[in-house]
Amino acid sequence: MNRTQKQSQIAILLLRLIAALVVLILAFLIGYIFITGLPNVSWKFLTSPAKAFTAGGGIGVQLFNSIYLLILAMIISLPIALGASIYLSEYAKDNWFTSMIRTAIEILSSLPSVVVGLFGFLLFVVQFNYGFSIISGALTLTIFNLPLLTRNIEESLASVSDDQRQGGLGLGLSKYETIVHIVVPAALPGIISGVILCSGRVFGEAAALIYTAGQSAPALNFGDWNPFNIDSPLSPLRPAETLAVHIWKINSEGIMPDLTQVSSGSAAVLVLAILIFNLSARYIGRKIFEKMTSMN
Amino acid sequence: MLNTKNKSDRFIYHFNPEETEITMQTKNLEVYYGKSLAMHNADIQFQKNTITALIGPSGSGKSTYLRSLNRMNDDIATVKGQILYQGVDINQPKIDVYEVRRRIGMVFQRPNPFAKSIYGNITFALERRGVHDKRVLDEVVEKTLKQAAVWDQVKDNLHKSAQSLSGGQAQRVCIARALAVEPDVLLLDEPASALDPVSTQQLEQTLRELKKDYTIIIVTHNMQQAARLSDYTVFFNLGEAIEYNKTRKIFTRPKIELTDDYVSGNFG
Amino acid sequence: MQDQKLAKQLMKKSKTARYERFGHLLSLSALLLIMAIVLGIIIFIATKGLSTFFRDNISFKDFFTGVIWNPGTKTPSGQQAVGALPMIVGSFLVTILAAIVSTPFAIGTAVYMTEISPKRGAKILQPVTELLVGIPSVVYGFIGLSVVVPFVRNTFGGSGFGILSGTFVLFVMILPTIVSMTVDSLKAVPKYYRQASLALGATKWQTIWKVVLRAATPGILTAIVFGMARAFGEALAVQMVIGNAALMPHNLVSPASTLTSVLTAGMGNTVMGSLQNDALWSLALVLLIMSLLFNLMVHFIGRRGAFKK
Repeated sequence: MNRTQKQSQIAILLLRLIAALVVLILAFLIGYIFITGLPNVSWKFLTSPAKAFTAGGGIGVQLFNSIYLLILAMIISLPIALGASIYLSEYAKDNWFTSMIRTAIEILSSLPSVVVGLFGFLLFVVQFNYGFSIISGALTLTIFNLPLLTRNIEESLASVSDDQRQGGLGLGLSKYETIVHIVVPAALPGIISGVILCSGRVFGEAAALIYTAGQSAPALNFGDWNPFNIDSPLSPLRPAETLAVHIWKINSEGIMPDLTQVSSGSAAVLVLAILIFNLSARYIGRKIFEKMTSMN
Repeated sequence: MLNTKNKSDRFIYHFNPEETEITMQTKNLEVYYGKSLAMHNADIQFQKNTITALIGPSGSGKSTYLRSLNRMNDDIATVKGQILYQGVDINQPKIDVYEVRRRIGMVFQRPNPFAKSIYGNITFALERRGVHDKRVLDEVVEKTLKQAAVWDQVKDNLHKSAQSLSGGQAQRVCIARALAVEPDVLLLDEPASALDPVSTQQLEQTLRELKKDYTIIIVTHNMQQAARLSDYTVFFNLGEAIEYNKTRKIFTRPKIELTDDYVSGNFG
Repeated sequence: MQDQKLAKQLMKKSKTARYERFGHLLSLSALLLIMAIVLGIIIFIATKGLSTFFRDNISFKDFFTGVIWNPGTKTPSGQQAVGALPMIVGSFLVTILAAIVSTPFAIGTAVYMTEISPKRGAKILQPVTELLVGIPSVVYGFIGLSVVVPFVRNTFGGSGFGILSGTFVLFVMILPTIVSMTVDSLKAVPKYYRQASLALGATKWQTIWKVVLRAATPGILTAIVFGMARAFGEALAVQMVIGNAALMPHNLVSPASTLTSVLTAGMGNTVMGSLQNDALWSLALVLLIMSLLFNLMVHFIGRRGAFKK
């Protein structure tokens, strides 16, 4: 065997080692989260309120806040992202205006989330006087979510065959009707996958929420679902610490004795949720696609 | 006998408007993609209730011409000149392009059923235009599917996804879909190119039937198909209409040498 | 005349045409809203961030070169103590170190996934990296706090909080980002490049090193810049392990701070409109400008290196 061949073999062996090491690190990460965290997760942990000074607190309120904020943020951002992506994929011409807007969206998507959070703080908390509240948090998460969701939906729309658009236009329908009633339904599997993936990202976001949704989770009265009462779970004007913020908060200044258990349990729940989001994004997208093209 | 073929470059047949009813006609049509001229010199008249075939090698401008007729090129090209539909120039800004496309329907190369049921595919455009009466819609579905000669195959499966149909059936559903909005001209852009020979034959038979009620213009790369199916044929080459005549004449005694070369398979 | 009747019908503006106008405007306004948000962010933060200099009359020199951060008080030499240099240095240090450590690992892994064992890459590594890109930064911070900090403390001494811990955490955080983008750029290298090289008698390694990586260089650079942008802007994970002392870092294991860590820790404790608060907004402005610069770099690299197909 000559020198270059030997060199090649050694280099490739090295690459295999690096890959193995990376897999090891990643496996350790995921293993650590679940092995240390899952034993602390119980139904009681998931449903009971947090305790500040004593052991045995749960994450019930935080979990509810995370889900509620996620739903609100998605309800606000989905129509905007859909509109923007429709314009970008169907109407935008290849000119300076379009490229300026694309640059703006890129800038927004690469902005550190803490900067987005600070903007939300300035605009919603201070300027609009919403205070640290669900609504401030949801609007800030919307800003955080918009660029990626827009890009995901745009990609799904672009993957729909042009034949479909031609079909709609050929029947004398407007471009808009064709998009809304033909292209968007045809792109639905991709759009739903995109929405779920973005949900995972929103669900785990903390930096954008610290100064918008706040860092406290007052006890909620789960018997009162009138959004106009301040201790109702649905009240949009109450402060709402989410699960991700909770992990940060107790690790920065928590003093409860079971701090590590609560943190690791919360982290496991968070990662488990992301995992479910990831898997269901694939699964649901595929199912819908099959259903749309099948014989029933 | 001497060769009497016309040595000039082009031959375009003209109807006597006193005797024949012209449904569509183009005058001085020029189509530009960006700045480059893709198609010109095609002053052609289409007689009512006939089938006219547009033939020619790929890139000859036949599809570009067809797509200009119902202004499907609006977004991608600049179209100059007149497109007369029953005497009205539809190539002007004041014209409502959606009404034009309703009256001048189009069927495409690849079958493109929407991700809806067969029934939904056909009623879709009508519903968008405000027709919601179930009885009316049922009638339209049955009538158009019968016209497209696919009713017997799909009548029990009207609520199944149209995207699960075979190519031939899907293309017929697309024809039915186009007929549902009551056009009087039907443009077909190589509608059989994705179909097997049997489906193709059935499709041709269907078009012969439809000729009674519609004016049909069809682009095809298949010369036998043009010869079998059409009453008139236009031969396109390099973005120009070279010869327009009765189909029988084009295929037996073409007046232009280039046409002769093409139909006898010497190039293309 | 029948012609005129038809012409009238065809010229009447249909309901469909009105739908079209409506839809066009609706989607355009959604897009303009996003545009307005981006402009709003830049304008708001720039206004706030600049008031330190133009309202509180702090000089740029004091801000960017001063090493004592305690806004509202004076330094021993009598200037306002708004020296942001420790945070700026901290941010750059963790970012650059994390990128230096990540890059060889990321490229190695990406090469393994695309060139050496594409099957195993697609089956195991691909989904795992996708999952890791999605893991929230607080989880990384928590693991950093409970694994990395004790490890650094036991190995190198000190408290364990500092640049080194921050680097470790960021290394793992940006690794999946760089890997997945590098994989994309390696996949974009046309197959015939490899075939041609192998056909000329080059070994697999020579092909990877001299042909594939060379051709994918712009894409890989973009991936690294993206990773750096993520590291520079990361707030909570870093804030949890770096020690949060606004001091110039003496070594890699002494407590330090970054722009983001001071911002997250400090914003809640200051009063709007005070110098303390304005100074924090100036840090946010630096962060924003750096983010724009990273963007510009990506554009610049992208323009030079796109594959011609």
